[in-house]
Amino acid sequence: MSRSKGRSYGAIAMALHWTIAALFFGQILLGFSMERVRSMALQFDLIQWHKSFGFLILALAAVRLCWHLAVRGPRPAGGMTALERRAATFAQAALLAMTLVVPLAGWALASTSTLNIPSFAFNLVLIPHLPLAPSAQAEAFWRETHELLAYATLLLAAGHAAAALRHHFLLRDDVLGRMLPGLPGADEPGARAARPIRRTIDNA
Amino acid sequence: MHDNGFQKAARAGLAVVFLAASPVGFAATAQASADALTEAAGSYHIDKTSSIRFAVDQIGGGGIRGSFGDYKGSFSIDGRDVGKSTVMFTLYPKSVHANEARVEDFLRSDAVFDAEEYPEVTFRSTAVTRTGGSTATIKGVLTARGKSRPTELQATVTERRGGAIAFHVTGSIYRSPYGMGVGTPLYSNLVQFDMTLHGTRN
Repeated sequence: MSRSKGRSYGAIAMALHWTIAALFFGQILLGFSMERVRSMALQFDLIQWHKSFGFLILALAAVRLCWHLAVRGPRPAGGMTALERRAATFAQAALLAMTLVVPLAGWALASTSTLNIPSFAFNLVLIPHLPLAPSAQAEAFWRETHELLAYATLLLAAGHAAAALRHHFLLRDDVLGRMLPGLPGADEPGARAARPIRRTIDNA
Repeated sequence: MHDNGFQKAARAGLAVVFLAASPVGFAATAQASADALTEAAGSYHIDKTSSIRFAVDQIGGGGIRGSFGDYKGSFSIDGRDVGKSTVMFTLYPKSVHANEARVEDFLRSDAVFDAEEYPEVTFRSTAVTRTGGSTATIKGVLTARGKSRPTELQATVTERRGGAIAFHVTGSIYRSPYGMGVGTPLYSNLVQFDMTLHGTRN
Protein backbone atom coordinates (compact mmCIF):
# COMPACT_ATOMS: atom_id res chain seq x y z
CA MET A 1 0.00 0.00 0.00
CA SER A 2 1.35 3.38 -0.92
CA ARG A 3 0.21 6.87 -0.15
CA SER A 4 -0.54 9.12 -3.06
CA LYS A 5 2.31 11.46 -3.75
CA GLY A 6 2.02 14.97 -2.52
CA ARG A 7 -0.90 16.21 -0.55
CA SER A 8 -3.72 15.72 -3.10
CA TYR A 9 -5.56 12.50 -3.76
CA GLY A 10 -4.21 12.28 -7.31
CA ALA A 11 -5.88 12.59 -10.70
CA ILE A 12 -7.38 9.10 -10.83
CA ALA A 13 -8.92 9.22 -7.36
CA MET A 14 -10.26 12.72 -8.11
CA ALA A 15 -11.74 11.67 -11.45
CA LEU A 16 -13.44 8.65 -9.87
CA HIS A 17 -14.72 10.68 -6.92
CA TRP A 18 -16.32 13.43 -9.00
CA THR A 19 -17.60 11.21 -11.80
CA ILE A 20 -19.34 8.94 -9.31
CA ALA A 21 -20.65 11.95 -7.37
CA ALA A 22 -22.13 13.50 -10.52
CA LEU A 23 -23.64 10.19 -11.64
CA PHE A 24 -25.09 9.62 -8.19
CA PHE A 25 -26.88 12.98 -8.10
CA GLY A 26 -28.14 12.36 -11.62
CA GLN A 27 -29.47 9.01 -10.46
CA ILE A 28 -31.28 10.58 -7.50
CA LEU A 29 -33.00 13.04 -9.87
CA LEU A 30 -33.73 10.31 -12.42
CA GLY A 31 -35.02 7.90 -9.79
CA PHE A 32 -37.20 10.58 -8.25
CA SER A 33 -38.69 11.76 -11.54
CA MET A 34 -39.18 8.33 -13.13
CA GLU A 35 -41.52 7.45 -10.26
CA ARG A 36 -43.60 10.52 -11.00
CA VAL A 37 -43.88 10.89 -14.79
CA ARG A 38 -47.29 10.25 -16.28
CA SER A 39 -46.31 8.65 -19.57
CA MET A 40 -45.69 4.96 -19.04
CA ALA A 41 -43.55 4.78 -22.19
CA LEU A 42 -41.32 7.58 -20.88
CA GLN A 43 -41.26 5.92 -17.47
CA PHE A 44 -40.12 2.65 -19.02
CA ASP A 45 -37.28 4.40 -20.84
CA LEU A 46 -36.24 6.42 -17.78
CA ILE A 47 -36.11 3.26 -15.67
CA GLN A 48 -33.84 1.62 -18.25
CA TRP A 49 -31.54 4.68 -18.20
CA HIS A 50 -31.57 4.59 -14.39
CA LYS A 51 -30.54 0.92 -14.46
CA SER A 52 -27.81 1.59 -17.04
CA PHE A 53 -26.28 4.42 -15.02
CA GLY A 54 -26.63 2.33 -11.85
CA PHE A 55 -24.51 -0.42 -13.34
CA LEU A 56 -22.00 2.20 -14.49
CA ILE A 57 -21.77 3.55 -10.92
CA LEU A 58 -21.33 0.02 -9.57
CA ALA A 59 -18.48 -0.66 -12.00
CA LEU A 60 -16.77 2.67 -11.27
CA ALA A 61 -17.23 2.22 -7.50
CA ALA A 62 -15.62 -1.22 -7.71
CA VAL A 63 -12.64 0.32 -9.51
CA ARG A 64 -12.55 3.10 -6.91
CA LEU A 65 -12.56 0.61 -4.04
CA CYS A 66 -9.61 -1.24 -5.60
CA TRP A 67 -7.82 2.06 -6.17
CA HIS A 68 -8.52 3.14 -2.62
CA LEU A 69 -7.12 -0.13 -1.26
CA ALA A 70 -4.05 0.09 -3.49
CA VAL A 71 -3.30 3.80 -3.11
CA ARG A 72 -4.21 5.49 0.12
CA GLY A 73 -5.07 9.13 0.13
CA PRO A 74 -2.91 11.82 1.64
CA ARG A 75 -2.38 12.02 5.39
CA PRO A 76 -5.37 13.37 7.29
CA ALA A 77 -5.45 17.12 7.55
CA GLY A 78 -3.92 18.50 10.69
CA GLY A 79 -5.80 20.46 13.26
CA MET A 80 -8.75 18.13 13.55
CA THR A 81 -10.08 16.69 16.74
CA ALA A 82 -10.21 12.91 17.13
CA LEU A 83 -13.99 13.06 16.81
CA GLU A 84 -13.81 15.08 13.60
CA ARG A 85 -11.27 12.69 12.15
CA ARG A 86 -13.40 9.71 13.06
CA ALA A 87 -16.56 11.32 11.63
CA ALA A 88 -14.74 12.19 8.40
CA THR A 89 -13.29 8.70 8.02
CA PHE A 90 -16.66 7.13 8.73
CA ALA A 91 -18.50 9.35 6.22
CA GLN A 92 -15.91 8.70 3.50
CA ALA A 93 -15.93 4.94 4.06
CA ALA A 94 -19.73 4.85 4.25
CA LEU A 95 -20.06 6.85 1.01
CA LEU A 96 -17.68 4.54 -0.80
CA ALA A 97 -19.61 1.54 0.54
CA MET A 98 -22.94 3.09 -0.47
CA THR A 99 -21.83 3.63 -4.06
CA LEU A 100 -21.51 -0.16 -4.16
CA VAL A 101 -24.47 -1.09 -1.96
CA VAL A 102 -27.12 1.19 -3.50
CA PRO A 103 -26.56 -0.11 -7.06
CA LEU A 104 -26.43 -3.67 -5.69
CA ALA A 105 -29.82 -3.13 -4.00
CA GLY A 106 -31.13 -1.78 -7.31
CA TRP A 107 -29.76 -4.83 -9.08
CA ALA A 108 -31.52 -7.02 -6.48
CA LEU A 109 -34.74 -5.09 -7.16
CA ALA A 110 -34.47 -5.68 -10.92
CA SER A 111 -33.63 -9.34 -10.25
CA THR A 112 -36.52 -10.06 -7.88
CA SER A 113 -39.15 -8.12 -9.83
CA THR A 114 -41.88 -10.42 -11.08
CA LEU A 115 -41.87 -8.33 -14.27
CA ASN A 116 -38.55 -9.99 -15.15
CA ILE A 117 -37.42 -7.04 -17.24
CA PRO A 118 -33.90 -7.68 -18.56
CA SER A 119 -31.05 -5.39 -17.58
CA PHE A 120 -29.53 -4.32 -20.89
CA ALA A 121 -27.14 -1.58 -19.87
CA PHE A 122 -27.11 1.24 -22.44
CA ASN A 123 -28.62 -1.28 -24.90
CA LEU A 124 -25.13 -2.75 -25.09
CA VAL A 125 -24.46 -5.14 -22.23
CA LEU A 126 -26.92 -7.78 -21.08
CA ILE A 127 -26.49 -8.09 -17.33
CA PRO A 128 -27.91 -11.26 -15.78
CA HIS A 129 -30.22 -11.15 -12.80
CA LEU A 130 -28.75 -11.89 -9.38
CA PRO A 131 -29.60 -15.41 -8.19
CA LEU A 132 -32.55 -14.26 -6.07
CA ALA A 133 -36.06 -15.69 -6.23
CA PRO A 134 -38.50 -13.22 -7.82
CA SER A 135 -41.62 -12.50 -5.78
CA ALA A 136 -43.86 -9.55 -5.04
CA GLN A 137 -42.54 -9.50 -1.44
CA ALA A 138 -38.88 -9.60 -2.44
CA GLU A 139 -39.46 -6.92 -5.06
CA ALA A 140 -41.20 -4.64 -2.52
CA PHE A 141 -38.43 -5.22 0.02
CA TRP A 142 -35.64 -4.34 -2.39
CA ARG A 143 -37.56 -1.35 -3.74
CA GLU A 144 -37.81 0.06 -0.17
CA THR A 145 -34.22 -0.82 0.63
CA HIS A 146 -32.84 0.68 -2.58
CA GLU A 147 -34.79 3.89 -2.06
CA LEU A 148 -33.99 4.28 1.64
CA LEU A 149 -30.30 3.59 1.10
CA ALA A 150 -30.21 6.10 -1.76
CA TYR A 151 -31.77 8.84 0.37
CA ALA A 152 -29.50 7.93 3.31
CA THR A 153 -26.55 8.30 0.94
CA LEU A 154 -27.83 11.71 -0.09
CA LEU A 155 -27.82 12.76 3.59
CA LEU A 156 -24.30 11.39 4.07
CA ALA A 157 -23.14 13.21 0.95
CA ALA A 158 -24.71 16.44 2.23
CA GLY A 159 -22.82 16.11 5.53
CA HIS A 160 -19.61 15.22 3.69
CA ALA A 161 -19.99 18.24 1.38
CA ALA A 162 -20.83 20.55 4.30
CA ALA A 163 -17.69 19.42 6.12
CA ALA A 164 -15.57 20.00 3.01
CA LEU A 165 -17.03 23.48 2.57
CA ARG A 166 -16.42 24.23 6.25
CA HIS A 167 -12.77 23.30 5.76
CA HIS A 168 -12.51 25.49 2.72
CA PHE A 169 -14.43 28.59 3.74
CA LEU A 170 -14.27 28.58 7.52
CA LEU A 171 -11.11 26.72 8.40
CA ARG A 172 -9.44 27.86 5.19
CA ASP A 173 -7.29 24.78 4.91
CA ASP A 174 -6.48 22.65 1.85
CA VAL A 175 -8.85 19.75 2.59
CA LEU A 176 -11.21 20.52 -0.32
CA GLY A 177 -8.31 21.42 -2.60
CA ARG A 178 -6.86 17.95 -2.16
CA MET A 179 -9.90 16.48 -3.93
CA LEU A 180 -11.12 19.34 -6.12
CA PRO A 181 -8.91 20.20 -9.06
CA GLY A 182 -8.70 23.87 -9.90
CA LEU A 183 -8.69 25.13 -6.35
CA PRO A 184 -5.47 26.63 -5.06
CA GLY A 185 -3.50 23.46 -5.73
CA ALA A 186 -2.66 21.52 -2.65
CA ASP A 187 0.47 20.25 -4.37
CA GLU A 188 1.62 23.63 -5.56
CA PRO A 189 4.27 25.46 -3.65
CA GLY A 190 2.74 28.00 -1.37
CA ALA A 191 -0.52 26.12 -1.14
CA ARG A 192 -2.38 26.79 1.99
CA ALA A 193 -1.81 24.09 4.54
CA ALA A 194 -4.10 23.30 7.37
CA ARG A 195 -3.82 26.21 9.68
CA PRO A 196 -5.43 25.28 12.94
CA ILE A 197 -4.66 28.69 14.38
CA ARG A 198 -7.08 30.26 11.91
CA ARG A 199 -9.86 28.21 13.38
CA THR A 200 -9.96 30.13 16.58
CA ILE A 201 -9.99 33.35 14.61
CA ASP A 202 -12.76 32.17 12.30
CA ASN A 203 -14.82 30.80 15.09
CA ALA A 204 -14.42 33.91 17.18
CA MET B 1 -35.86 -59.98 -74.82
CA HIS B 2 -39.32 -61.18 -74.04
CA ASP B 3 -41.24 -60.05 -71.05
CA ASN B 4 -42.89 -62.82 -69.25
CA GLY B 5 -46.12 -62.41 -67.39
CA PHE B 6 -44.40 -61.89 -64.06
CA GLN B 7 -42.25 -59.03 -65.36
CA LYS B 8 -45.27 -57.34 -66.85
CA ALA B 9 -47.12 -57.58 -63.60
CA ALA B 10 -44.09 -56.25 -61.68
CA ARG B 11 -43.80 -53.26 -64.02
CA ALA B 12 -47.46 -52.49 -63.72
CA GLY B 13 -47.21 -52.74 -59.95
CA LEU B 14 -44.24 -50.31 -59.88
CA ALA B 15 -46.15 -47.92 -62.10
CA VAL B 16 -48.96 -47.84 -59.58
CA VAL B 17 -46.52 -47.15 -56.75
CA PHE B 18 -44.88 -44.31 -58.71
CA LEU B 19 -48.19 -42.78 -59.58
CA ALA B 20 -49.29 -42.79 -55.96
CA ALA B 21 -46.02 -41.12 -54.89
CA SER B 22 -46.02 -38.56 -57.68
CA PRO B 23 -47.14 -34.92 -57.34
CA VAL B 24 -50.23 -35.90 -59.26
CA GLY B 25 -51.04 -38.29 -56.45
CA PHE B 26 -50.61 -35.53 -53.83
CA ALA B 27 -52.67 -33.19 -55.90
CA ALA B 28 -55.46 -35.72 -55.82
CA THR B 29 -55.25 -35.79 -51.99
CA ALA B 30 -55.22 -31.98 -51.84
CA GLN B 31 -58.21 -31.89 -54.13
CA ALA B 32 -60.12 -34.01 -51.63
CA SER B 33 -59.47 -31.40 -48.90
CA ALA B 34 -60.20 -28.63 -51.34
CA ASP B 35 -63.55 -30.16 -51.83
CA ALA B 36 -63.93 -30.26 -48.08
CA LEU B 37 -63.18 -26.54 -47.91
CA THR B 38 -65.52 -25.95 -50.81
CA GLU B 39 -68.18 -27.78 -48.87
CA ALA B 40 -67.53 -25.40 -45.99
CA ALA B 41 -68.70 -22.51 -48.17
CA GLY B 42 -70.82 -19.99 -46.37
CA SER B 43 -70.65 -17.09 -44.02
CA TYR B 44 -69.54 -17.53 -40.42
CA HIS B 45 -69.20 -15.56 -37.23
CA ILE B 46 -66.27 -16.07 -34.91
CA ASP B 47 -67.22 -17.71 -31.62
CA LYS B 48 -66.21 -16.62 -28.13
CA THR B 49 -64.53 -20.02 -27.71
CA SER B 50 -61.70 -18.78 -29.92
CA SER B 51 -58.37 -17.76 -28.45
CA ILE B 52 -56.16 -14.87 -29.48
CA ARG B 53 -52.69 -15.30 -28.03
CA PHE B 54 -49.59 -13.24 -28.62
CA ALA B 55 -45.94 -13.33 -27.62
CA VAL B 56 -43.17 -10.75 -27.60
CA ASP B 57 -39.72 -12.17 -26.98
CA GLN B 58 -37.24 -10.37 -24.76
CA ILE B 59 -33.48 -10.26 -24.86
CA GLY B 60 -31.89 -13.07 -22.86
CA GLY B 61 -34.92 -15.34 -23.20
CA GLY B 62 -38.52 -15.30 -22.10
CA GLY B 63 -40.80 -12.41 -22.84
CA ILE B 64 -44.38 -11.26 -22.63
CA ARG B 65 -47.14 -13.78 -23.26
CA GLY B 66 -50.71 -12.64 -23.37
CA SER B 67 -54.13 -12.93 -24.92
CA PHE B 68 -57.22 -10.93 -25.74
CA GLY B 69 -60.52 -11.92 -24.15
CA ASP B 70 -62.84 -9.68 -26.13
CA TYR B 71 -63.09 -9.74 -29.92
CA LYS B 72 -65.58 -10.23 -32.72
CA GLY B 73 -65.32 -11.20 -36.33
CA SER B 74 -66.80 -12.87 -39.34
CA PHE B 75 -65.61 -14.57 -42.48
CA SER B 76 -67.08 -16.02 -45.60
CA ILE B 77 -65.72 -18.92 -47.61
CA ASP B 78 -66.40 -18.72 -51.31
CA GLY B 79 -67.22 -22.25 -52.42
CA ARG B 80 -66.33 -21.75 -56.09
CA ASP B 81 -63.24 -19.61 -55.57
CA VAL B 82 -61.61 -19.79 -52.14
CA GLY B 83 -59.50 -16.78 -53.18
CA LYS B 84 -62.62 -14.65 -52.97
CA SER B 85 -63.15 -15.50 -49.33
CA THR B 86 -63.05 -12.63 -46.86
CA VAL B 87 -62.26 -12.11 -43.17
CA MET B 88 -63.08 -9.23 -40.86
CA PHE B 89 -61.86 -9.15 -37.32
CA THR B 90 -61.94 -6.72 -34.42
CA LEU B 91 -60.27 -7.09 -31.08
CA TYR B 92 -60.56 -4.87 -28.05
CA PRO B 93 -57.15 -4.14 -26.53
CA LYS B 94 -58.80 -3.21 -23.23
CA SER B 95 -59.43 -6.95 -22.78
CA VAL B 96 -55.75 -7.82 -22.88
CA HIS B 97 -54.61 -10.50 -20.45
CA ALA B 98 -51.01 -10.96 -19.35
CA ASN B 99 -49.29 -12.67 -16.45
CA GLU B 100 -49.50 -9.53 -14.33
CA ALA B 101 -51.86 -6.57 -13.87
CA ARG B 102 -48.93 -4.15 -14.22
CA VAL B 103 -48.16 -5.54 -17.66
CA GLU B 104 -51.83 -5.32 -18.66
CA ASP B 105 -52.04 -1.69 -17.51
CA PHE B 106 -48.89 -0.92 -19.46
CA LEU B 107 -50.26 -2.56 -22.62
CA ARG B 108 -53.58 -0.67 -22.31
CA SER B 109 -51.83 2.65 -21.65
CA ASP B 110 -50.74 5.13 -24.29
CA ALA B 111 -47.33 3.44 -24.16
CA VAL B 112 -48.75 0.63 -26.28
CA PHE B 113 -52.39 0.28 -27.42
CA ASP B 114 -53.76 3.51 -25.97
CA ALA B 115 -57.02 1.61 -25.50
CA GLU B 116 -58.83 4.72 -24.28
CA GLU B 117 -58.19 6.64 -27.49
CA TYR B 118 -58.18 3.65 -29.86
CA PRO B 119 -60.51 1.02 -28.39
CA GLU B 120 -60.36 -1.26 -31.43
CA VAL B 121 -57.74 -3.10 -33.41
CA THR B 122 -59.14 -4.31 -36.73
CA PHE B 123 -58.09 -6.65 -39.48
CA ARG B 124 -59.76 -6.66 -42.87
CA SER B 125 -58.65 -9.13 -45.54
CA THR B 126 -57.77 -7.95 -49.01
CA ALA B 127 -56.73 -11.25 -50.63
CA VAL B 128 -56.88 -14.90 -49.70
CA THR B 129 -54.46 -17.24 -51.44
CA ARG B 130 -54.75 -20.95 -51.09
CA THR B 131 -51.37 -22.51 -50.29
CA GLY B 132 -52.41 -26.13 -49.74
CA GLY B 133 -55.27 -28.46 -49.13
CA SER B 134 -56.22 -26.86 -45.86
CA THR B 135 -53.94 -23.83 -45.72
CA ALA B 136 -54.20 -20.30 -46.98
CA THR B 137 -52.35 -17.00 -46.78
CA ILE B 138 -54.60 -14.13 -45.83
CA LYS B 139 -53.41 -10.70 -46.84
CA GLY B 140 -55.12 -7.79 -45.25
CA VAL B 141 -54.91 -4.46 -43.51
CA LEU B 142 -54.33 -4.27 -39.79
CA THR B 143 -55.38 -1.03 -38.13
CA ALA B 144 -54.17 -0.12 -34.66
CA ARG B 145 -53.70 3.24 -32.98
CA GLY B 146 -55.13 4.89 -36.07
CA LYS B 147 -52.47 3.44 -38.36
CA SER B 148 -53.25 0.96 -41.13
CA ARG B 149 -50.63 -1.31 -42.58
CA PRO B 150 -50.64 -4.34 -44.88
CA THR B 151 -50.30 -7.58 -42.94
CA GLU B 152 -50.12 -11.23 -43.79
CA LEU B 153 -51.51 -14.15 -41.78
CA GLN B 154 -51.23 -17.89 -42.29
CA ALA B 155 -54.35 -19.96 -41.74
CA THR B 156 -54.83 -23.71 -41.46
CA VAL B 157 -58.14 -25.51 -41.17
CA THR B 158 -57.85 -27.74 -38.12
CA GLU B 159 -61.40 -28.95 -37.69
CA ARG B 160 -64.64 -29.02 -39.60
CA ARG B 161 -67.88 -30.44 -38.33
CA GLY B 162 -71.29 -29.63 -39.69
CA GLY B 163 -71.70 -25.88 -39.59
CA ALA B 164 -68.58 -25.34 -37.53
CA ILE B 165 -65.00 -24.80 -38.66
CA ALA B 166 -61.79 -24.08 -36.78
CA PHE B 167 -58.67 -22.34 -38.04
CA HIS B 168 -55.23 -22.03 -36.58
CA VAL B 169 -53.99 -18.59 -37.58
CA THR B 170 -50.45 -17.27 -37.09
CA GLY B 171 -48.72 -14.09 -38.06
CA SER B 172 -45.76 -11.95 -37.04
CA ILE B 173 -46.28 -8.23 -36.99
CA TYR B 174 -43.79 -5.42 -36.40
CA ARG B 175 -45.18 -3.11 -33.73
CA SER B 176 -43.04 0.00 -34.21
CA PRO B 177 -44.89 1.16 -37.37
CA TYR B 178 -48.01 1.39 -35.22
CA GLY B 179 -46.32 3.68 -32.72
CA MET B 180 -45.94 0.80 -30.27
CA GLY B 181 -42.16 0.49 -30.38
CA VAL B 182 -41.75 1.03 -26.64
CA GLY B 183 -39.18 -1.23 -24.98
CA THR B 184 -37.23 -2.15 -28.12
CA PRO B 185 -34.61 -3.56 -28.26
CA LEU B 186 -35.12 -5.17 -24.82
CA TYR B 187 -38.37 -6.49 -26.15
CA SER B 188 -38.61 -7.68 -29.73
CA ASN B 189 -40.22 -5.43 -32.30
CA LEU B 190 -41.97 -8.54 -33.62
CA VAL B 191 -45.27 -9.62 -32.09
CA GLN B 192 -46.08 -13.25 -32.79
CA PHE B 193 -49.78 -13.96 -32.97
CA ASP B 194 -51.12 -17.43 -32.41
CA MET B 195 -54.87 -17.73 -32.74
CA THR B 196 -57.45 -20.47 -32.78
CA LEU B 197 -60.58 -19.19 -34.44
CA HIS B 198 -63.81 -21.10 -34.11
CA GLY B 199 -66.44 -20.18 -36.68
CA THR B 200 -70.10 -21.10 -36.72
CA ARG B 201 -72.06 -20.90 -39.94
CA ASN B 202 -74.71 -18.19 -39.88
